Order: sequence, then structure tokens, then C-alpha cells
Amino acid sequence: NIQPVERGGDFWTDEDLTPYRDVVTYNNFYEFGMNKDDPYKYSQTFKVDPWSIDIGGECDKPGVYHLEDFLKPQQLEERIYRLRCVERWSMVIPWVGFSLADLIRRVEPNSKAKYVAFETLVDPEQMPAQRSRFSIVDWPYREGLRMDEAMNPLTFLAVGLYGNYLPPQNGAPIRLVVPWKYGFKSVKSIVKIRFTEQEPPTTWNMMQPSEYGFYANVNPNVHHPRWRQDMETRLPRTLFSVSRQDTLMFNGYGDQVAHLYEGMDLARYY
Amino acid sequence: MGLDGVSTWRRNPQLWLWLRRLVWVLACVPFVLQVQGIVTNTLGADPAKELALDTGRWTLRFLLMSLAITPLREIFSLGSLAPLRRTLGLFALFYASLHFLVYILFLLELRWYEIGTDILERPYITVGFVAFLILLAMGITSPKRMVRRLGKRWKPLHRMVYLAAVLSILHLVWILRTDVFDAVFYGTLLALLLAYRGFNSVRKRTNRPIRN
Repeated sequence: NIQPVERGGDFWTDEDLTPYRDVVTYNNFYEFGMNKDDPYKYSQTFKVDPWSIDIGGECDKPGVYHLEDFLKPQQLEERIYRLRCVERWSMVIPWVGFSLADLIRRVEPNSKAKYVAFETLVDPEQMPAQRSRFSIVDWPYREGLRMDEAMNPLTFLAVGLYGNYLPPQNGAPIRLVVPWKYGFKSVKSIVKIRFTEQEPPTTWNMMQPSEYGFYANVNPNVHHPRWRQDMETRLPRTLFSVSRQDTLMFNGYGDQVAHLYEGMDLARYY
Repeated sequence: MGLDGVSTWRRNPQLWLWLRRLVWVLACVPFVLQVQGIVTNTLGADPAKELALDTGRWTLRFLLMSLAITPLREIFSLGSLAPLRRTLGLFALFYASLHFLVYILFLLELRWYEIGTDILERPYITVGFVAFLILLAMGITSPKRMVRRLGKRWKPLHRMVYLAAVLSILHLVWILRTDVFDAVFYGTLLALLLAYRGFNSVRKRTNRPIRN
């Protein structure tokens, strides 16, 4: 159990929480399989201790850091964020963790650092889908943010949810949470961080550039070819209740992040 | 026993009647499990999506099983299997109808304007919808009375089952995202079934006596 401090204000919502059971059994973590309950079923023996993160690129303090290096001096916070998946479902989750900006400041990126790139663990022994001959993903799973997005106070590194350390299927031991972007930006089980001058390649964009952009901001006006994006299903749902609600621009976090995209054509940079 | 024994069981109407009943009962099992999942609320955080996936999977499986009857019948000289083709085909339609209902009622929640844009703008929905219409047309024209009424037009209509099967595979391919196992598995089965028919029709044509 963790004793985090609550962060109110911009980092809080009064909406009904998605129950713990649903948060830990309905996951997209494709390293463990395609079905929503695969991550829960196939990740329970996943080893997260010891865990280290290789940090490098355009920064003054590169190196292999142990997870404890970041956790020990850090007062962990609890934040309640909406999570919006590009597949049109959403949840409300109480995360525990700390600002990505805190970690970034400690490793002192230099003036060439325009982007941050993240990678998920590659371990076919532990991750069945990485062994599959039919997988079309070029592992490791890669994601990235622009530097100003990464430094935004909303951008979060979660190590827990519901007051406990993260279960493997939710991205243990440390994952990104970027609440105004579609869920796939929030890379799980992070082992590598790089500061780069160029926009880094990202997994879904590499697989299907017409469907997934680098920015992936939640946007009800720009539809994904397979899913309309002006509405979402709040989970959990039952069959006989209307579960749809309107999707908000930047997932409702416009006040905090809209300025990052001033003057950008978001239909082009989706 | 010998050959006589073999031909006796092959033609034993009682045996085939019971086999058909057994198939009928087994074919209802997925539906019973789906209803049980709804009643006991064990379909997860999004039961609608789970039902859509499961009814879709069973549609494809019954469609392929129904297409497998003719090759099995011919290869193993089991003429009595013939009625199963219709039974399995109708079960494919049954699960396809559930699939369509789940989509309309629980995924779109009856927002009709979305159905229009989905069918027009999203190719995986378009092909799935066309495949469903084909199965529906076949189902409606499957009673003997309709077969008689359609006469020569019946066969070409029911040959469209191959198109429905190909479109169903396409529908599946377009929703897969990270792992193509299902598409390869079901696609290979369909390819084998189609190859058998292609090969057979070529053979029949070349074996026909040539008259000058």
C-alpha cells in the first residue's frame, strides 16, 4: 500500500470511478495478447523487481537508473484522470505516481532535446504476444511526446492505482499517463527513455499512419477511419443502459493543454 | 459385416437423424453461454463488445462448417450428410442476426444516422453488412416452397455464399490490429474449401465426353 497525497484541482474529477475490477481486467496491453482480458490472464507472473530504466540521448545525466532512484525521494501523488481509448471507450481511474516533469528535470535535458521517446520492455519469455509468429507489431512498443507536452503538469508517471502498486496488466512497475491523448500514447512498463532532436517513431503510427498520428490528441471532430470519435462509452456498462456520452476536446483538459497546439491544424496533425 | 456393414451404417436413417439432432443441440451451446454471460454479468466491463465479438466468431465458424459439408460428403461418400449443410448454414444466419442486432441495439444504441455513415464510410462495416444481407437472402429462400418458387434462380443466389464467406474474412482482417492468427487460420480454411470446389469443377468439366 502507498500513502500518496491527493492532488485536487486540475488533477481531479468528481465523476464516478471505474471499479477496480474493471480497471484491472479490461486492458489493451498487446504484449500479452489481443483480447481485453488477455493481459490480466497472461501477466500475473510478470517480474517487476528489480526494474531499471535506461535514460539517454540529449541530456546531461544519462544512465541506467533503478526505479527506486525515482521513487525514494519522491512524494507520490494521487490523481483522478479520465482515460479515453481510441476504440471509443473510457474510464475514470485514480492513479498514484509523480509528474514526468520531475523525472525529466533530474536528468537535465540539453537544448537539443525537442522530443522524449519511450520504450516498453521486450521479453518474449514473459510476454506471449512477442513470441507469436502472427504478430505484426515491430517490438518494442514505442511512444513519444513533444518536450512541452512532456513537461506539462498533467503528464504523469503512474506506479500505482487505487492506492496500490500497479498490477502487471496496467503497465507495472511504471507507465506514462497522458490524459488528453488517446490511451495508446500512455506507454506501459517503461524500460527506456530517450531525448531526441527529431520526432521519434511511434508504434501505431508505424503500423498504420493513416489511422494513428504522432499527436493522438482526443478530438471529437477528427474521426478515426474505424471509429467515430464524437462519443464514447463510459465503462463499465451494462447492456440495457445508455452508456454513451459526448467526447470532449482534449478529453476535457483543454484549459491546461490547448495552448500547446495554438496555430496547429489538428485535422492534419491528428 | 464387411462392406455390407459399412453401407448399412452409411444409410441408416435413424443414425443420421440423431446426428442432426445432436448437431442442432451443440449449435445452440454458444447462444446458451452468451445468455448465461448476460444473466450472470460475466462478460466483462463492456458486455456489448464481447457479445459482438463472440457472435461474429460463431457466424464465421458455422459458415465454414456448412461449406465443409459438401467436400466431406464427396470424399467420404457420406450422402446422408447433405441436410447438415442447410442446418449449419441457418445457424450461421442465426449468429449473424444476433451479431447485427448487438451492433444496432447495444453498440450504436439505435442512433440510426450513425448506421448510415458506418455502412458508407467504414469498409469493414460495409462488407460485413453485405455478407449479412446475402445470408439473410439465402435463409429466406431456404424452405422447400421457396426453392420451388425460385426454380433456376435458386442456385446462383445460393452460390453467393462464397462471396459472403470471403467478405466475412475481409471483415475479420479489417478489425484485427496486432496479431493476424485468426485471419490466417480462418482464411486458410476458406481457401482450402474454395480450392476443393475449384479443382472439382475443373475435373468435372475435363471428364465430360467431348462431342464433335
